Amino acid sequence: MELSEQNVKKQRPVHLDLQTIRFPATAIVSILHRVSGVIMLFAVGILIWLLNSSLASAESFAGVQSLFDNFVVKFIMWGILTALAYHLFGGLRHLVMDTGRWEELASGTASAKAVFVLTVAFSILAGMWVW
Amino acid sequence: MVINAASFGRSGVHDFILLRASAVILACYTIFLVGFIACSSPLTYDVWHGLFSALPMKVFTLLALVALLIHAWIGVWQVLTDYVKCTSLRGVLQFTFVVTVFCYLAAGIVIVWGV
Repeated sequence: MELSEQNVKKQRPVHLDLQTIRFPATAIVSILHRVSGVIMLFAVGILIWLLNSSLASAESFAGVQSLFDNFVVKFIMWGILTALAYHLFGGLRHLVMDTGRWEELASGTASAKAVFVLTVAFSILAGMWVW
Repeated sequence: MVINAASFGRSGVHDFILLRASAVILACYTIFLVGFIACSSPLTYDVWHGLFSALPMKVFTLLALVALLIHAWIGVWQVLTDYVKCTSLRGVLQFTFVVTVFCYLAAGIVIVWGV
């Protein structure tokens, strides 16, 4: 074992109290970005099926519209719109961070919280729109 | 050096750029389409069919689906390489997801072709 490694492995305080460990906002934004991305991988399948039905004929377009009377369909569409908005806002934050901005602790946390606020606002709007 | 045979680009930097380029296209398409549906409420079949019968919209849709293929490929690779340590399972999952998105692209071509 090298000297530098020995120094690292010396007795150090270990904090593994899972009850008090909290993810910072930036970490939650990051993991939810992945979750929403995977959700949309499946959502696009639904959307393409809807696109096909809505464009096939006037009758099937009306059929798609009548689907939206169903609560479950409304809920799924609302979920897709929310995941989409979240992924979009998180992605725009990433693009800004690529330019070197919002990389400090304070600005990173603030922009992460802004992503949540924007998503909740859009999600409420989307809910009003769908219902 | 990490050998990323299942990744999309030639290198991490290539993936980085492709991920962002495809993201910009997807963002534009999403904002346009959601905005269009929101602004043209109630949406009729004639308006909807008219939108997708225009050549620019067909091109835009196919562009977005190609961007989705690239974006999802890289995104799935990033997620799977982080969480799925069993190589054969990771390979199967990567294959399944990429084939799925290829199917989306193929379906999209047929759908807008027929409008």
